[in-house]
Amino acid sequence: MAQISFIDSSGQTRTVGGEDGATVMETAIRNGIPEIEAECGGACACATCHVYVDPAWAEKVGKPQPMEEDMLDFAWEVQPNSRLSCQIKVTPDLDGLIVRTPARQG
Amino acid sequence: MTETINTDVVIVGAGPVGLFAVFELGLLDIRCHLVDILSKPGGQCSELYPEKPIYDIPGFPLVTGQGLVDNLMEQCKPFHPVFHHGEMVERLETIGTAEHPGFRVTTDGGQTIECKAVLIAAGGGSFQPKKPPIPGVDAYEGHSVFYAVRKMEAFAGTRVLIVGGGDSALDWTLNLQPIAERVTLLHRRDAFRAAPHSVNSMRELVASGSMDLLLGQVTALEGADGHLEAAVVKHDDGTSTRVVCNRMLPFFGLTMKLGPIAGWGLNLHENLVPVDTEKFETSTPGIFAIGDINTYPGKLKLILSGFHEGALAAQKIHRYVYPDKRLTFQYTTSSTNLQKKLGVA
Ligand SMILES: Cc1cc2nc3c(=O)[nH]c(=O)nc-3n(C[C@H](O)[C@H](O)[C@H](O)COP(=O)(O)OP(=O)(O)OC[C@H]3O[C@@H](n4cnc5c(N)ncnc54)[C@H](O)[C@@H]3O)c2cc1C
Ligand code: FES
Repeated sequence: MAQISFIDSSGQTRTVGGEDGATVMETAIRNGIPEIEAECGGACACATCHVYVDPAWAEKVGKPQPMEEDMLDFAWEVQPNSRLSCQIKVTPDLDGLIVRTPARQG
Repeated sequence: MTETINTDVVIVGAGPVGLFAVFELGLLDIRCHLVDILSKPGGQCSELYPEKPIYDIPGFPLVTGQGLVDNLMEQCKPFHPVFHHGEMVERLETIGTAEHPGFRVTTDGGQTIECKAVLIAAGGGSFQPKKPPIPGVDAYEGHSVFYAVRKMEAFAGTRVLIVGGGDSALDWTLNLQPIAERVTLLHRRDAFRAAPHSVNSMRELVASGSMDLLLGQVTALEGADGHLEAAVVKHDDGTSTRVVCNRMLPFFGLTMKLGPIAGWGLNLHENLVPVDTEKFETSTPGIFAIGDINTYPGKLKLILSGFHEGALAAQKIHRYVYPDKRLTFQYTTSSTNLQKKLGVA
């Protein structure tokens, strides 16, 4: 179990436990985190699970693969720390991870 | 005005579920026309995940989205379905009675089709262009901001800002560059998803000073009364550029919206169409709904479920199309009658 904090666009923080091997998107959906839609269910085909990784965690989380970069073209207000949360796997290393969710996904 | 077409069934949506319904209806001698706003068949499978593997189609341990669609097209071929692609079904009117239903379907392309039953296989709704969340963009839509190019001439002599990094963005950049006063292509990064030769042509035009390429994202629009004058573009380093333009073409892919179905007088539950689980008929006799668009207790949005729903709906549709004929249950393996229809006997 890694603790993951989601900070929504209004600044509210929700911290939930993520199972090892699950994705950050799945962790969000299972816990009813708002501002993550995940229309395609994690297939990297919709870009509605967009999050901003906290700068302190950017290195540990890593950069998107080319397929994810392509899909990020369909997200809004993409920043250098943007990721699609369905492509981030929860590991014990990510215990304490902080991500921010954008005001708009679709 | 095109002439009215007469057929047995109009299928709204040519996704996997609509395609398999053609087969099930075909076995019962029922002819179909399909209408889909997309330019090709396959719905979500071909539009959203053509290359991705599907593992839960019975009998296929693995098939890609496009692979499944190709197979479904092959399977329904003996029944000669007629496809109307690139058209949206806008209106659905009842012209018959509850005993003998009849319907008139009208598309945004001006085509009218009269039929005895309607099968709504509209999935998550019709695919429509994604609109960028730029404040006030709505006011410019239809005057200065367009999500598709209908007439190229409308862009002659204009200053066009094209946003995106896929084939649509690149193709229109290359097509409009010769006729526009100036074309600027804007993308968030210096890598493109488009065909390499289009990207090369674009880069040559930039190198020769014939067009501009900018990296960044639009954050604001300037103009008045729907007439665009400039767009403010923010770059990754935090700086901004003001791009003078009077046309903007954003290409951010497609999203599914329920669309005109909401206006057809059907009961709707959270944008889904409730049906019974015996015939998959809606509250209006003669209108059926199968696949992702319908809802009933226990519904699963799986392709598998949509196939089953089509087979059952076809049984009841047969009653509307052939009120005097009795339906006997047959297997494709053993019935020479069915095999003749499939062209294999
Ligand atoms: C990434 C991803 C992965 C998936 N993986 C699986 C899987 O592994 N297994 C599985 O079973 N399912 C999977 N699904 C779900 C599956 O794709 C859907 O259940 C299936 O596509 C539903 O088929 P459909 O024919 O009902 O609708 P759709 O495929 O949504 O097709 C509906 C069509 O109707 C058209 N349409 C709608 N309204 C109108 C109108 N008014 N006029 C004209 N055209 C209209 C649309 O443009 C669209 O083309 C996946 C979905 C996604 C997005
Ligand atoms: S859930 Fe669709 S891209 Fe992540």
